[in-house]
Amino acid sequence: MAALAATPLRVCADPNNLPYSNRQQQGFENKIVELIARDMGTHATYYWYPQRGSFFKQTLGSGVCDLVMSVPSTMPSLAVTQPYYRSSYVFISRRDRNLHIQSIEDPQLRKLKIGVHVLGDEDASLPPVRALIRHGLVRNLVGFSIFGTLDETNPPADLIKAVEDRKVDVAVAWGPLAGYFSRHSSVPLVVVPIPDDPANPELPFQFSIAIGVREKDRALQQTLNTELIRLHPEIQRILRTYGIPAMTLPSEAARSMEN
Amino acid sequence: MKQINPVLCRHSVLAIVAVASGLVLGQNKAGSGATTDIPGAQPNIHLVAPVADGQWTMPAGDYGNTRYSPLDQINTTNIHNLHVVGEVSTGVLHGHEGSPLVVGDTLYVVTPFPDKLMAIDLTKPGLPVKWTFNPNPDNRAVGVACCDVVNRGASYADGNIIYNTLDDHTVAVDANTGKLAWETQVGDVSKGETMTMAPVVVNNIVLVGNSGGELGVRGKLVALDAHSGKILWTAYSTGPDSDVRIGPDFHPYYAKDRGTDLGVSTWNPDQWKMGGGTVWGWISYDPELNLIYYGTGNPGVWNADLRPGDNKWSVTIWARNPETGMAKWAYQIEPHDGFDYDEIMENVLVDMPWHGQMRKLLIHPGRTGFVFVLDRETGELLSAQTFEPVTWAKGFDLKTGKVEINPDKQTHYGQTTRDICPSSTGAKEFVPSSFSPKTGYLYIPAHNTCMDFEGEQVNYIAGTPYIGARVRMYPGPGGYQGEFIAWDVATEKKVWSIKDGSFPIYSGVLTTGGDVAFYGTMDGWFRAVDDRTGKILWQFKTASGIVGNPMTFVGPDGKQYVAIYSGIGGWMGAVALPWISTDDPYSGLGTVGAMRGIKAATTPGSMLYVFSE
Repeated sequence: MAALAATPLRVCADPNNLPYSNRQQQGFENKIVELIARDMGTHATYYWYPQRGSFFKQTLGSGVCDLVMSVPSTMPSLAVTQPYYRSSYVFISRRDRNLHIQSIEDPQLRKLKIGVHVLGDEDASLPPVRALIRHGLVRNLVGFSIFGTLDETNPPADLIKAVEDRKVDVAVAWGPLAGYFSRHSSVPLVVVPIPDDPANPELPFQFSIAIGVREKDRALQQTLNTELIRLHPEIQRILRTYGIPAMTLPSEAARSMEN
Repeated sequence: MKQINPVLCRHSVLAIVAVASGLVLGQNKAGSGATTDIPGAQPNIHLVAPVADGQWTMPAGDYGNTRYSPLDQINTTNIHNLHVVGEVSTGVLHGHEGSPLVVGDTLYVVTPFPDKLMAIDLTKPGLPVKWTFNPNPDNRAVGVACCDVVNRGASYADGNIIYNTLDDHTVAVDANTGKLAWETQVGDVSKGETMTMAPVVVNNIVLVGNSGGELGVRGKLVALDAHSGKILWTAYSTGPDSDVRIGPDFHPYYAKDRGTDLGVSTWNPDQWKMGGGTVWGWISYDPELNLIYYGTGNPGVWNADLRPGDNKWSVTIWARNPETGMAKWAYQIEPHDGFDYDEIMENVLVDMPWHGQMRKLLIHPGRTGFVFVLDRETGELLSAQTFEPVTWAKGFDLKTGKVEINPDKQTHYGQTTRDICPSSTGAKEFVPSSFSPKTGYLYIPAHNTCMDFEGEQVNYIAGTPYIGARVRMYPGPGGYQGEFIAWDVATEKKVWSIKDGSFPIYSGVLTTGGDVAFYGTMDGWFRAVDDRTGKILWQFKTASGIVGNPMTFVGPDGKQYVAIYSGIGGWMGAVALPWISTDDPYSGLGTVGAMRGIKAATTPGSMLYVFSE
């Protein structure tokens, strides 16, 4: 532990990706890293790189930094810590629209413009978006690039802004983005977790989130696990401060059942 | 009289004669170093524009994109004497695509990012660098470029060397002084837009296009004034007809390509704004018809489920008027592409007999695995024959122009699709073929790589977890991965080929009046081949893998030279670069599975080689 304590935590992070991180270290991941580093008796250094297609290759892969906050706990090709929060894809709409959309199967959706994030060259599908397509709603979708432009502050916020500005009726977004940006909205917004879709049980809408390290860095993984357990209450407090909609982690559920 | 130190010369007398007569180049040719007079050309084969005959002033050497030079000092009888006479390092260890230019007695090299322009003196011993121009591009461009930080070359016009920088500027640099003449910002790197293609200058109009379809960039071709750099017009690849520059003169040959505002109506609402169709390949020009030709890239976003419809005008060949940018015709090769089949490949322009009748042909060896032959006046599809194993489609209907898709190979999320051929890297990449009017053959640098679109796993980007399909590429059927093909245009058939078991052929091709075809391999061999038989006559192992295009010129001494870059990189070649791990077959956008051996076969390089006999 002493040897590790002497070494700064080398974090790979996006310099412009609130609520997670930014260069001014105002994101909740910055705060959690700071908390962990302080507890370990060291400090954090950052390698900033925009989270685009080559992010993992250019960061963890090239060895210039050692950990990535906020990766899904089931992500392959990485070693991950135990999850430290769990969130969900959500519907976001203006409160004054009174939509009360309950699920992917809600018939209202057929008449609405639904804003979604699109990921460019990530040959990718956001699970609820794929479920919407399977329910025949592809013509209702309006795509917003999650990458935006490099000069723009908080590119993923464009989607939430489109809800505010009535450019779309409802948006589907990952909980942390939706929770944080809806709190900064000029009009009241409603954020509702999307329940699992019985028609598409293989599409998860909730993900447990962990810290990712290189597969060979098992010592760092262990150290971080210890810290995450010890700092759990403080981490949850930080998440609440940022408006992150957090679900019960499976591990927490299991623990409370044991109790 | 200017004093020339005859370095590159054994026949210094010739050089002195050349200088005394005021001709630095091609002793018995016009000073432009270009000609339409092709000795030995097959009867009835007519090239539409002068070919490079001493100088090399544009990316392909000629507007018709034949990459043929009638120079014949280096030929089948003396090729065994070919040897290195000069080497220059650019100092940049990234993919060296494209080729140098030669104008007068200077050779010009555009390096990979940071896109420096080096002027190399051909008159002095050791090929010294006269000057280097540094455009100081925005470093952020490196982070958004998809497939290595490459540059595919320059054009010479109006006393300037004109090229694009990765951060979306077109620059014109005085060919004598190395001073910036003008600079125009054409795109926005912050949106994920980059520029890698080589400009072509037609009637004092500079034509450039963008890259970055992967990041939801909207593809476009932009015309700039060659004297001032002022933007004259922009023709987008998606959007309303006014943006695409479609007007009353637009007459597509096929009904499938007719209609109003198809660049909007063939997309989900507003999705055309990030619809791809970028223009990062080669541009051809027919001076008689006064039409430019180019192809557009894949539609964005990659997930095809999100963009139902034909997604016009991605994966399309265009004919446009260079002065106005207005479209004459368009032919969409593949609607609703789901395989990343950019069709930005070269369009080779040749007039020749076709089934008994003289036709103005456009020959397009495609990423999709077909050699497309079109009538370039009308856009009619005359032929589409496969040159490598193809499973994604069964063929093309020449009556309707439509592709017959193989439904078994369509990809859908949630299911695995195996043996899609070719893979996303295509049966051929952007690396350009060459056409010899002496043989009537098109020499195609080809790949035989297939892919599985398989499984799904959780992934994460920009703060968002998602489910991603995995793409794995591997050598296609037949036990080879690269193939250098001689394709008889008239009979629509392969005549001979040279197979490469290990790697795709990822270099351009040069053919010459000396009956020799030149190309390079990804493990670094530079080869000269008998253009009629396919016999390898000569080869030389360069320091690194070859992903550039060979070119030829006449030096100040009156001798013929051949030049090639040696520096592995690019999409597939980047697997050789040290920061790409070969442990994961799905990395490098899936190419690692096909390129695993490249690290052992070559190492990064930054060389220009010049050869003579």
